[in-house]
Amino acid sequence: MIAWLVASPILVPLTTAALCAVFWHRPALQRVLSLGGSTLLLILAGLLLARVMEGGVQVAQMGSWAAPFGITLVADTLSALMILIASVMALAVAVYALGDVDAVRERGGYHIIFQVLMVGVCGSFITGDLFNLYVWFEVMLISSFVLLSLGGTKEQIDGAIKYAGINLIATACFLLAVALLYGVTGTLNMADLAVRVPHVANKGLVSTIAVLFIIAFGMKAAVFPFFFWLHAAYHTPAVAVQAIFAGLLTKVGVYALLRCFTLIFTGDMGWTHGILMWIAGATMLTGALGSLAVRDLRRALSWQVVAHIGYMIMGLAIATPLAIAGTVFYLVHDIVVKTNLFLGAGVVRRLSGGDTSYARLGGLFTAAPILCVVLFVPLASLAGFPPFSGFWSKLLLVRAGLAVENWAIVAVALVTGLLTFWLVGRLWAEMVWKSNPAGDALGTASLGGAARVALVAPLVLLSAITVTIGLYAEPLMRVSAMAADGLVDPQAYIDAVLGAVPTTPTLVGAAEPAAMEVQP
Amino acid sequence: MDSLILRTATRLLLTLMILFSIFILWRGHNEPGGGFVGGLICAVAFALHALAFGVKEMKRLLVVDPRSLLGGGLLLGILSGFFAGPGGDPFMTARWIIFKDATGAKALALGTPVLFDIGVYLVVVGALLAMVQALMEED
Repeated sequence: MIAWLVASPILVPLTTAALCAVFWHRPALQRVLSLGGSTLLLILAGLLLARVMEGGVQVAQMGSWAAPFGITLVADTLSALMILIASVMALAVAVYALGDVDAVRERGGYHIIFQVLMVGVCGSFITGDLFNLYVWFEVMLISSFVLLSLGGTKEQIDGAIKYAGINLIATACFLLAVALLYGVTGTLNMADLAVRVPHVANKGLVSTIAVLFIIAFGMKAAVFPFFFWLHAAYHTPAVAVQAIFAGLLTKVGVYALLRCFTLIFTGDMGWTHGILMWIAGATMLTGALGSLAVRDLRRALSWQVVAHIGYMIMGLAIATPLAIAGTVFYLVHDIVVKTNLFLGAGVVRRLSGGDTSYARLGGLFTAAPILCVVLFVPLASLAGFPPFSGFWSKLLLVRAGLAVENWAIVAVALVTGLLTFWLVGRLWAEMVWKSNPAGDALGTASLGGAARVALVAPLVLLSAITVTIGLYAEPLMRVSAMAADGLVDPQAYIDAVLGAVPTTPTLVGAAEPAAMEVQP
Repeated sequence: MDSLILRTATRLLLTLMILFSIFILWRGHNEPGGGFVGGLICAVAFALHALAFGVKEMKRLLVVDPRSLLGGGLLLGILSGFFAGPGGDPFMTARWIIFKDATGAKALALGTPVLFDIGVYLVVVGALLAMVQALMEED
C-alpha cells in the first residue's frame, strides 16, 4: 500500500479538482471540497514524511511498469518535506480564499484550477522522471496562467501575457534539454540518468545540456537574469493566488535545480556550480536593490521573492552537505514566510482602501495592533532577526560559505541581509508607525465576522509556524540534514528506484500471464 | 448561421459522427484509435450541431454542462486506476477480464484501460465543448 501513499499527493488534489468540476454550478460545495481535499492532502503528506523518515526512500512504479521504462514516483526526505510544506500552504490559502476570492472568480472555476495547480506542484516534487517533471511543469503553467488572468482586468492580462511568454521560452529550453539528454543517454528516469550521465563520452555536450536546464529551471525560479516577469505578474491577481505563487511556484524551480544538480549533473561542478554561484550573487543583490527602489508594499515583496531565491541557489552552488541542508531549511522557511507576507499584504490592502503604495499606508498600529504583531513575525524572519526561522537559515548558509572560504558570496549574502533589514525597517515605518495620510486606517473588525476569521486565521497559523521553527529549530534542522545527506550521496535514491522489483500485473479471470502475449 | 442545407445535413451527420466516434474509441482498444481521437470526433459532431442550430440547442442536446462532463471523465480516469488497489498493486496497474469463445480461445479482453479511455473521451468532449460554448456565447 506504500505505493498508494506515494501517489496520494497527486491523486488527492486531482480527485478534488475533478469533483469540483462535476459540481461546476455549485461554488459553495466546491469550497467545502477544496477545504476537505487540502486537509486530506496535509494528513497524507504528514504520513508520507513520517514513513520516509523511518524507512528511507519510498518508490512507486506507476502501472507496475518497472523503472527505467515506466513512470516512477520517488519520495525521499526532500520530496516528502516539500510536499508536506506545500500542503500546509495549500490549506492556509484555501482557508484564506473563503474570505478573499469573490463570486465572479469562484464561478470562473477558481477552486478547480487551484487544485490543479496543487497537482502540478506536488507532481513536480514527487516524480522521479525528467519528462514527467516536464509534464507537471506544464500543468502548473496552464493552471497558473488561468489563475493569473481570472478576473480579467487589463493589468492582469498584461501580467499574464508576460508570464506565459517567458514560460513558453523556458518550456522550450526544458524540452530541448530533455530531448538532448535522451539522445545522449537513452533514458529519462532520474536515477538511471545519475548512473549513465557520468559515462557519457561527450562531456562538452553534457555541460551544454546542464546549462539549458539552468535556464529552464532558472526562469521558473526567477533567478538573475530571468526574473523580470515576476514583478510584472505577481502583484496583479487575487491575493490568495499571489500568495501561493510567491510561496510555491518559484520554489518548484529551486527544487528542480536542487534535484538535477545534485543527482544528475555532478560531473563538471567547477563549471555548472560556478555559473550557479554567479547567478546566486547577482540574484540576491538585484532582488534586494529592486525591493528598495519601489514604493509599493506588494511590489517590494515581489522583489524580495527574487532576492531570497538567491540564497537558496547559493547553498546549491556551494554544494557541501551543510550548504545543501541550509538550502533545504531555507526553502521551508521561505515558503512559509513569503506566503504569509503576501496574505498579510492582502489584508493590509483591504484595510487601507485597496492600495498598497507607501503613500496610502500608515496608522496600522492604532487600527489593528494584534495584526501588526502577527505581521511582525514574517517581516522579522525575512530580515533574519533571531530567533525567527530566517536567522537560522541564513546562519547555516553563511557558515557553509565560510567553511569553503568563499568570502565573496558570504559578503554578498550579508549585504543582501542588511538591505533586507533596511527594507523591513522602511516597511514597518511606512505601514505601522506613520500616521495614515487619509485619516484613520480601518481595524480588522471592518472585514466582517466570517471573512475576518478566514483572512486572519491563516496569518496566525503561518506566523506560529515561523516562530516554532525559530524557537525549536532542531527537528527541521534534523530533517534538512537528512535531506541533504540523501542529495549529496544519492546512492540510496538510485538503489531504491532501480532496485525496486515491481509486481507483475495480475490477471483477473485468467491466471496465466501468457494470456496477454500476442499469438503469432 | 441559418442554412437549410447545413441543418438537414447535420441531422444526418450528428448520429453518424457520434456512432463513428464510439467505434474509434472501441477500436483504440487494440488498434489505432482511442479516447482522444474519438472524443475529438464526438466534439466536432456537437460543435456542428451548435453551428447549425445555435448553442442553446446544443446545450439542450447535451443535457449536462460540458465542464461537469470534463470532471466526470476525469473521475472515471482516476477510478480506472483504483482497480489495482485490491490486489495490492500500484496505482494504474491494469486489470483484465478475459472472455473465451466455445473453443477455449481468447475472444475478448476487457480491462481497466478501456475505462480510462472512456474517461479520456469524456474529458476531450467536455473540454472542447466548453471552449465552443464560451466562444459562441461571447458574441
